[in-house]
Amino acid sequence: MGMDKQESVKKLFTAQSAKVDTNRGDAYYEALYAKCQERLDALKKLTPLNNRRDFMTTIEDEGLERRDFLKWASATTAMLMLPASFTPLVAEAATLMNRVPVIWIELSDCAGNSEALLRSDGPKIDEIILDIISLEFHETLQAASGHQAEKQMEEAMEHFKGKYLLFVEGAVPLGMDGQFGTIGAKGETFVDHLHRAAEGAAAVVAVGSCATYGGIPAAAPNPTDAVGVMDVVKGKPIINIPACPANPSNMVGVILHFVLTGSIPELDSLLRPKFAFGYRIHDNCERRAHFDAGEYVEEWGDEGAKNNFCLYKMGCKGPMTFNNCSIIRYNEGVNWPIGVGRGCIGCSEPDFWDKYAYERPMANANIKAPTGGVEKTVDQFGLGLLTAAGIGIGIHAAASAIAGKKEHEKEEA
Amino acid sequence: MPEINEQAEAQTSGGGTTTAATGGKKHIIVDPITRIEGHLRIEAVIDENNKIVDAWSSSTMFRGIETILKGRDPRDCGLMAMRICGVCTGTHYQRSIEAVEDAFGITIPKNARIVRNLIQGSLYLHDHLVHFYHLHALDFVDVVAATKADPAKTAEEAAKWAHVAGVEPYIGSAGDFKMIQDRIVKFVKEGRLGIFGNGYWGNPHYKLTPEQNLIGVAHYLKALDIQREMSKMHAIFGGKSPHPQSIVVGGVTCVQDIKNPARIALFKELLTLSRDFVKRAYLPDIYMAGTMYADEATDGSATFHASDHKGAMGKAVGGTGGGILSYMSYGDFRLDDTGFYNSELLFPSGLVLDGDISKVHEVDPNKITEDVTHSWYKGSGAPEHPYDGTTIPEYTGLEKKEDGYAYLKTDEKYSWIKSPLYDGKKVEVGPLARMVVGYVKGDKRIKKYVDNFLTRANLPITVLFSTVGRTAARAIETELMSDVMLEWVDELAANAASGDLSTWTEFDFDTVAADTKGMGLAEAPRGSLGHWVKIKDGKVTNYQAVVPSTWNAGPRGPNGEVGAYEAAVIGTVVADPQQPLEIIRTVHSFDPCIACAVHVVDTKGKELATYKVDPTCAF
Ligand code: SF4
Ligand code: SF4
Repeated sequence: MGMDKQESVKKLFTAQSAKVDTNRGDAYYEALYAKCQERLDALKKLTPLNNRRDFMTTIEDEGLERRDFLKWASATTAMLMLPASFTPLVAEAATLMNRVPVIWIELSDCAGNSEALLRSDGPKIDEIILDIISLEFHETLQAASGHQAEKQMEEAMEHFKGKYLLFVEGAVPLGMDGQFGTIGAKGETFVDHLHRAAEGAAAVVAVGSCATYGGIPAAAPNPTDAVGVMDVVKGKPIINIPACPANPSNMVGVILHFVLTGSIPELDSLLRPKFAFGYRIHDNCERRAHFDAGEYVEEWGDEGAKNNFCLYKMGCKGPMTFNNCSIIRYNEGVNWPIGVGRGCIGCSEPDFWDKYAYERPMANANIKAPTGGVEKTVDQFGLGLLTAAGIGIGIHAAASAIAGKKEHEKEEA
Repeated sequence: MPEINEQAEAQTSGGGTTTAATGGKKHIIVDPITRIEGHLRIEAVIDENNKIVDAWSSSTMFRGIETILKGRDPRDCGLMAMRICGVCTGTHYQRSIEAVEDAFGITIPKNARIVRNLIQGSLYLHDHLVHFYHLHALDFVDVVAATKADPAKTAEEAAKWAHVAGVEPYIGSAGDFKMIQDRIVKFVKEGRLGIFGNGYWGNPHYKLTPEQNLIGVAHYLKALDIQREMSKMHAIFGGKSPHPQSIVVGGVTCVQDIKNPARIALFKELLTLSRDFVKRAYLPDIYMAGTMYADEATDGSATFHASDHKGAMGKAVGGTGGGILSYMSYGDFRLDDTGFYNSELLFPSGLVLDGDISKVHEVDPNKITEDVTHSWYKGSGAPEHPYDGTTIPEYTGLEKKEDGYAYLKTDEKYSWIKSPLYDGKKVEVGPLARMVVGYVKGDKRIKKYVDNFLTRANLPITVLFSTVGRTAARAIETELMSDVMLEWVDELAANAASGDLSTWTEFDFDTVAADTKGMGLAEAPRGSLGHWVKIKDGKVTNYQAVVPSTWNAGPRGPNGEVGAYEAAVIGTVVADPQQPLEIIRTVHSFDPCIACAVHVVDTKGKELATYKVDPTCAF
């Protein structure tokens, strides 16, 4: 590595979290507030698009208190990077989620994102995800098979034309005229299936790293010429929720945002919502103090490991990765990959299987090139990615808002 | 309704069996099969009496993960191999790591062994529970019929089945059932049923009473909560679920979670709560369904008859959905630290063949081969051992007919799944196979749980050789697992308290990875799973996985040997050919995971792009 490169790498790794202020000023938020309120009023007037029951009753049936729900709403408001004054609107939007029909299709996938959805904890609302959003088609969960399943999807596409959110799980194999994956009695290829489903969608949500960037099927040498949804679907709003699998909180966040504003959330250059992917793992990592102090785990299970030292030398890619895992963690906050002592594998970044997912630091790893061919070291593979992803998208404000809320919760408890 | 081709058509099945071209036979396509992982199609031919006389299982997706693994550092394969399946998440991960550890000759420390057992055990609980309630129950439980139940009688019914299991019911009061019912009534009244839409509600092969249906629905909803708690157990030592991240070649990384008594206590608390649901809801429901469907489960006329299928191994014992009646288990869950292939096992290894429950055969890994006569791969002519699998994809497509539908070319190649064989035979794998092998082998623990179940249900052991039996075996296994895991948590706590915090076995990578090979043969929730890896100069040179659903969902063998799904479906009578309820019920009883099954290709990169495409199928 040349001296310049070394310096820039060092800078990137050691930079304190950027303090870009997400506050866009009162005028902006006032206008947004009015817009959201208008949208929610309009939604309320609609006859329910489906059968669902009252949200608050569902919540109470689940033994949740209204207070818990409001707590969740305020946490979610912060997660969505909105001022606290939006909390009642977010709460209201949640009660209106049942107006949003969702069609969920699976392509070259492992069903990991569907499984993640099942584990959603929202305000402990896994039932609500199944009960409240109008899940019109979901191969892994729906009762009907075969023709009945196909009919269910066709009806929903017709009935909710222009209104439904299309969630796509899995990559799109383009090789061999798309025939590496077919679905339905007519043997429709995945790519045709996707085009047909996307046609009448209000927006397309690519969920998980396979649907966003091709993921594991697209790892070198990409045997089936798999690509992400954004490479195939054109002329529709697309939201990418990467990670392997995507965090269900971020799925719910996107739906909520859609309900709230009628539009898709603000996205970064990779079409990821900034509310979730505006954070760099490294900036919010619980082991960061050890990084700054130069205290590293040098070998699995060593003294450093026992003392939660930094995992950089064991291959942690937190410095290259944008995601909110370090803040919201997984499975109701029980743990996350750095918490469990493994380190981040960069699973929300494009081509991470070829660039990041190994247990050595980048600098001394010989890794398989994404395009095949000879092996290269880190400095030949784009560190450009870091800049492309836009370091320092206002994380500080939102992060401290959440930290503040946590404190507050503790006092209350 | 499934697609039905009413004209009498000369469909030829694979392997030399034929279906007569006489009138009255109908050809059914069920695609997609839902409530499974992956993409699966079943085609079946039914006769004038609505009996299924032939069936074919096909997977319609290919990703090529093994190709992707070639050339990588063997230590990195586990995380990628895990993405074979997101449902039995973590199993492929561990198997891959174990194959590499076998190649390197590493024995992991005690803490790592117990933690891995706990991670896998949590997965078994989660996977089996979600399978029964969210992927399978709707084949037994009529959601709409539950609206007609009497809540007070439902409470009595719930108590009755709980008492059969020797426990108090999980949901016991009429008021609770009423509340749940109101919710369903409202749901059904308002029209759109969401994921319950277009189900087969009202089909006469739904056999539960309205009260029993209400119990099923109530537990379906509650199980959504419980599975989330189970996934938290998975995440405590795994980091996240799905797709945990704490297993590495040589051990595990979660030393701080082992060190911390609060983490172990939390795990135990979640386990206790999960176990309570398993014992007081899941098991009683199985007693209930098992009893209500016992007539089918023991109906010998509805089982697969060997004589009708050349080269097949089934005997006319067992009932609806019985299938090939040959079972295999590689064995799993190490109970001591003497090494991977030396340890005593919770689930013993072995084979029980052709429904003969008088003896067990030992598993010889050298007798495992894969055949591609009916799979979309160009084989070398003979079945191949996984270490040297040389498969070249050759997609010949579906046959598009005038009716607009695309049919499997069943006398040629018709699936992305290969056809694995043990010593030239088709075998079934999964919880039923594990329970049968353990039982016949005389394993004390397994025998105790199986006997307890049969005695309480007042059913003969033959009831197990059926669709319902397969589902019951999974529940029995879940109960066993939830008990034994309590012992393991205590073992871990005691070991950590004794001061042993070692979690990783050191090795010199350059030395051990110079030129070696290894295999990770163990059990996934859905059955026997093997990963085979060859390593040279620190890189993977060949990688093959033979997964549970390959064994179960594979197409015909080289001599027409019928696959496990195919055989299980044959012989079943369908109530209404427009509604494939019985077909999906039987297929679901295996808990299909099809992305798993189509893992596997050993080609050289972009050669895949040169596959022959049948022009009639290039649509
Ligand atoms: S563990 Fe990873 S993310 Fe955390 S400080 Fe170290 S390098 Fe950064
Ligand atoms: S910490 Fe990194 S590897 Fe882990 S889930 Fe988040 S983005 Fe993926």
